[in-house]
Amino acid sequence: MTVAGDILLRVEHLTMRFGGLIAVDDLSFEARQGEITALIGPNGAGKTTVFNCITGFYKPSEGRIGLCHGDAAIWSELDALTESGKRGIRRGNNGLYLLERMPDYLVTQNARVARTFQNIRLFPGMTVLENLLVAQHNALMVASGYTLFGIFGLPSYHRAERASIEKARDWLNRVGLIHRADDPAGDLPYGDQRRLEIARAMCTDPVLLCLDEPAAGLNPRESAQLNELLMSIGNEHGISILLIEHDMSVVMEISDHVVVLDYGIKISDGAPDVVRNDPKVIAAYLGVPDHEVEKVGAEIGL
Amino acid sequence: MAEGATNQRIDTVAALRDAAITTLLAFGLFLPLIGFHTVTNIRNELELDTRWSLLFSIVAVVGVARLAYSFLLAPWLERIKQRPVATTAPAWRASFGKWFVPFCIGFVIVYPIIIIAATGFGGALKWVDNFGIQILIYVMLGWGLNIVVGLAGLLDLGYVAFYAVGAYAYALLAKEFGFSFWILLPLAGVMSSFWGILLGFPVLRLRGDYLAIVTLAFGEIIRIVLVNWVDVTNGYAGISGIPRPSFFGIPFNANEDGFAATFGLEFSPIYRTIFLYYLILALALLTAFVTVRLRRLPVGRAWEALREDEIACRSLGINTTHTKLTAFGMGAMFAGFAGSFFAARQGFISPESFTFLESATILAIVVLGGMGSQIGVAIAAIAMIGGTEIMRELEFLKAIFGESFDPTQYRMLLFGFAMVIIMVLRPRGLISTRAPSVFLKEPKPVPVDLAKQGHG
Repeated sequence: MTVAGDILLRVEHLTMRFGGLIAVDDLSFEARQGEITALIGPNGAGKTTVFNCITGFYKPSEGRIGLCHGDAAIWSELDALTESGKRGIRRGNNGLYLLERMPDYLVTQNARVARTFQNIRLFPGMTVLENLLVAQHNALMVASGYTLFGIFGLPSYHRAERASIEKARDWLNRVGLIHRADDPAGDLPYGDQRRLEIARAMCTDPVLLCLDEPAAGLNPRESAQLNELLMSIGNEHGISILLIEHDMSVVMEISDHVVVLDYGIKISDGAPDVVRNDPKVIAAYLGVPDHEVEKVGAEIGL
Repeated sequence: MAEGATNQRIDTVAALRDAAITTLLAFGLFLPLIGFHTVTNIRNELELDTRWSLLFSIVAVVGVARLAYSFLLAPWLERIKQRPVATTAPAWRASFGKWFVPFCIGFVIVYPIIIIAATGFGGALKWVDNFGIQILIYVMLGWGLNIVVGLAGLLDLGYVAFYAVGAYAYALLAKEFGFSFWILLPLAGVMSSFWGILLGFPVLRLRGDYLAIVTLAFGEIIRIVLVNWVDVTNGYAGISGIPRPSFFGIPFNANEDGFAATFGLEFSPIYRTIFLYYLILALALLTAFVTVRLRRLPVGRAWEALREDEIACRSLGINTTHTKLTAFGMGAMFAGFAGSFFAARQGFISPESFTFLESATILAIVVLGGMGSQIGVAIAAIAMIGGTEIMRELEFLKAIFGESFDPTQYRMLLFGFAMVIIMVLRPRGLISTRAPSVFLKEPKPVPVDLAKQGHG
């Protein structure tokens, strides 16, 4: 069974080129089961590109992205899977997937990786509840017999729909939006839209949740609420989170593991405290060469 | 209050200046168009003739209309905009909404009976055929296209192609193999749907305007194939003598085994027309029923989500290609049903019936009705098709404009004018709210301004 601390996601030698521009250069890191892994770096460091590669929106130029479901022992089959040319294998409850081979929708549907976007992408003209039901599309599609049973209104479909509404209600309670369930999503204030997008991603029943700057544009109080929500998702549901964030109060407080990117290259990797004191990281954020870090640091009182 | 009053005071100088500019523009525009015209004289030579009185009266009308706009219409529009929007609909609105649809369905069911009672057998034919059947065909086509354009947000300018596939499928199979209408109706739907999906595969990676151009081209390809593949389709001459649908095996003719004789009635063409009326009514209601059901199913919600944001759909694990194809296939299927009905009703089809203008009319019905709204589409179809039909009847205009005035010649002009006005007043269509497909406590209509237009 799933054990916290096992490796869930393994990114190896990931490179993404756009023409002559190398957005991500030979990046390798691991994310562990039940942990919150943060991906940080200055603007333009290539964080969102990494996200897009993991979630299938981009096809990486080079590299391998493996994701495991269940028992970590299945990692031993990684090389055989790579050789076989298949997208993934499943052994009962356990599975191993190569995300770089999958189109975006299969990454969510089969490999169960959900994501949110830097600029919120809700369905603004649909109600909050509808947004959460769209997220359960694949489960409901099966329950509706690929529309056939549903169109005749068979009871098995109605049961499935009620169950999915219950699930949506549950998540609306958790993010505190239950009173807005029947309002159009586009009417919600910004902070609520952020939380709704996370709830919607969670309704796809993921093992890994990728959040692209979830705290952007939130005030300190909302930001604190978000921290609580993310911690509870990690603790109660055992779901691992991969996070891009600029807000260091969020990153340092909730993440178990931090990966720092600068110009597409990994410059630091480790626990928040280690990363925080890494001169390379400070240099990247202050925009000074390595050997001047101490001097500049002393000047600004670090 | 004082501020509101000053805001609404009309600036007379500006209004007069606007009117003067408009008058000048109209004069410049109409001088070559209306002021001069050529006539052939008795020696068959062209002569330049002038129509000053007509020109000046038209320019004067334009100028006065501009003044009237500044003084009357513009303040009124301004007041409408400033009127506070009621957050909750009044009670009568709610009960009206509840009873409106059943009332409408009840009305269309008894419509032929009312007409016969009012005008007798002879007069009823025109009203049931031109107004009833003709409008219902377009209601059905509008509802079918509504799935593609209104729900899934895929701009389809070649919808008439699927209508043509359905019509020719029925005409050819019925004539060559003698299959009955009831076998060919689903078959025509399946064939149209097949063509819809076939078209869909290569083009659905295109979006918005580009998709519109390719579907437009597809519509033209089908029409040109119908024109040129003379061996099969008989080209421009079309296919005539298409078997008419029978009343479950009993033909509508004056013979002894015909419908009238079987039921001991006097022969009249009205029976067939009434049968066709109820047939297309049933088909249209089937379209509406299926669409209503689909909207509450995951596939329907995925269509609407696709219209709102395709990338978000993909991030939620929705296969957008399949979803678009189902929308295309479903829309094409209903066009195929309507097409086979059309062929059976006319008894004659030719490529002339499937021009781009038809696609444009159906699309206009969907857009005018309000994207995605079934009731809106039905009202728009009644207004557009019924409106153009009723313009043939405007004989009284001859009393105003003289005996040589032919109202049918002006129907496209009036029609375009009406469309401009509706789009200015209600840019998001007649019904600009969307009913949510599911709710926890109470369904609240969603204003369409929030929804995206769809560029999928």
